[in-house]
Amino acid sequence: MTPEREAAPALGPPPGAADTRSGHRLPAVLPVLLPILGLLALVVLALATGRYAVPVGDVFGILAGKLFGLPVRAEPAMQIVVLQVRLPRILAALVVGAGLAAAGATYQGLFRNPLVSPDILGVSAGASLGAVLGIFLALPVAAIQGLAFAGGLGAVAAVYAVGAAVRRHDPVLTLVLAGVAIGAVLGSAISLLKVLADPYNQLPAITYWLLGSLASASLGDVAAILPAILIGLVPLVLLRWRMNLMSLGEEEARALGVETRALRPVLIAAATLVTAAAVSVTGVIGWIGLLVPHVARLLVGPDFRRLLPASLILGAGYLLAVDLVARTIAPIEVPLGILTALIGAPFFLWLLASGKRGWS
Amino acid sequence: MLEVSGLAFGYGRRRVGAGLDLTVRAGEVLCLLGPNGGGKTTLFKTLLGLLPPLAGAIRLDGEDVARWSRRRLAARLGYVPQAQGATFPFRVSDVVLMGRASRLGPFASPGPADRAIAARALASLEIAHLAERTYTEISGGERQMVLIARALAGEPGLLVMDEPTASLDFGNQTRVLAQVRRLSRLGIAVILSTHDPDHAFLCADRVALLHEGRLLALGSPAATITPETLARIYGVAVAVVPLPGFRQSVCAPLLPD
Repeated sequence: MTPEREAAPALGPPPGAADTRSGHRLPAVLPVLLPILGLLALVVLALATGRYAVPVGDVFGILAGKLFGLPVRAEPAMQIVVLQVRLPRILAALVVGAGLAAAGATYQGLFRNPLVSPDILGVSAGASLGAVLGIFLALPVAAIQGLAFAGGLGAVAAVYAVGAAVRRHDPVLTLVLAGVAIGAVLGSAISLLKVLADPYNQLPAITYWLLGSLASASLGDVAAILPAILIGLVPLVLLRWRMNLMSLGEEEARALGVETRALRPVLIAAATLVTAAAVSVTGVIGWIGLLVPHVARLLVGPDFRRLLPASLILGAGYLLAVDLVARTIAPIEVPLGILTALIGAPFFLWLLASGKRGWS
Repeated sequence: MLEVSGLAFGYGRRRVGAGLDLTVRAGEVLCLLGPNGGGKTTLFKTLLGLLPPLAGAIRLDGEDVARWSRRRLAARLGYVPQAQGATFPFRVSDVVLMGRASRLGPFASPGPADRAIAARALASLEIAHLAERTYTEISGGERQMVLIARALAGEPGLLVMDEPTASLDFGNQTRVLAQVRRLSRLGIAVILSTHDPDHAFLCADRVALLHEGRLLALGSPAATITPETLARIYGVAVAVVPLPGFRQSVCAPLLPD
């Protein structure tokens, strides 16, 4: 997670090191420490805020009591709200947000296109179909999540198989177009199930899932997806510098000595695993994987060694903040997909209009 | 250093060229001339190992490269593509650092020694001042130099340059060719393709004329670049005139009245 700065450690840049970018004359630990502190502050705020307000002091008391076994002065109701209602949801937001953003940064680099997102290869559509099928068949929650996960991986496998079979065109373009086509097929299957579903029980559940929500996330869910997300992140962390070369394109990367034919499937599988695990719990939450890597790139540049940690932290913070808004802004809870699109789309248009900063 | 024998190249079943024999010695500049669609790019891709040879063999330092890993091949053969835009705004120093990929394991990141080598590569091309600039914001000529620096950062024995002067202005073309000559004096072999026969006179030790996938001529610029050969490969009338007082000739196309 430590972004590798130039060999100018905590003493600051050596004399004559002309670092022209602003904000990098700070001691090297600050750019790492500040975002993490900010994220922790946001977590505490999210634990304290909600229909049932808990004073920040009590939040600390309850957390300290839980972590270190200290006596807790806060009321039992507060403890339940903080530890059993909000904490699982916040942890899920952190894990899912970080995962979606990291996957998005990876896809954007691999496909050399800052506009692609984890949805591009049909991951979200496949996961949605799996989950909708599970709801339609009235399966238990764990089975629905399992189907969502399998659907996401299956869709990408199908897209990849098409890409491998069609060798006449640019492989990247083939993958993206195959993703669009297969996504459309999956979308029509979802629509069919919605038509067939029981309009009183199943249809609302399906609609809710497709819009994404952290409301039902439990500690068990977080524990279930965390291994998959961590496993998916391992190749991204190990290959963080090679990712820069992957973004040059197939031929140039190979000519520079990168075994793209081995690395590309590994990286796609890793990013897909992360995405499928994330959406299997929360439903489809669009725009994070597209937007957050963009913002991270504006802040730290395109070097994946910095882009990956920046995307992880920003993604975690962004989803946590959006979820905080989703559960506090109105008497009823607003589905996340509505908010992320509402915030994301205008921001995206602004990025488009303001001269493509962060990419060319 | 490089030996190509009986090489046939192309895409899968589609054969673009065949029967190619040539050698390049250390410090030699070989200029590849040929019309559009003559197979220059396909040949380069085959030399770089991006396409498998359809027949024949490519040997580096006496060894068949067919079984070499991408890294081993890239460490010996540097590639300078045509300077095009990039997707992401990397710093120039980071772009040059990518040339170290062939010298590092798959999970490794470049360290201070690699950064020093990248900085030296930039300095040797007299573009050290570009190091902190953004690659997507510099000029086409500067980008071409940066890509040469990136290839040099991999410490190759042979550079393959795909039309390094394409889309550059007159001055930048000349500067790139001057660097080609300088590299050859350092013992680095260079194979470059160009559309301008004058460039072969400027920088090449030997010229290979590639026409319809076959070598039409291979030899010194003066022996290979003649009105006859140029007329044959380009289908236009050309005058090749020695430049008085210099050891080079210039080519000028002639229009029918």
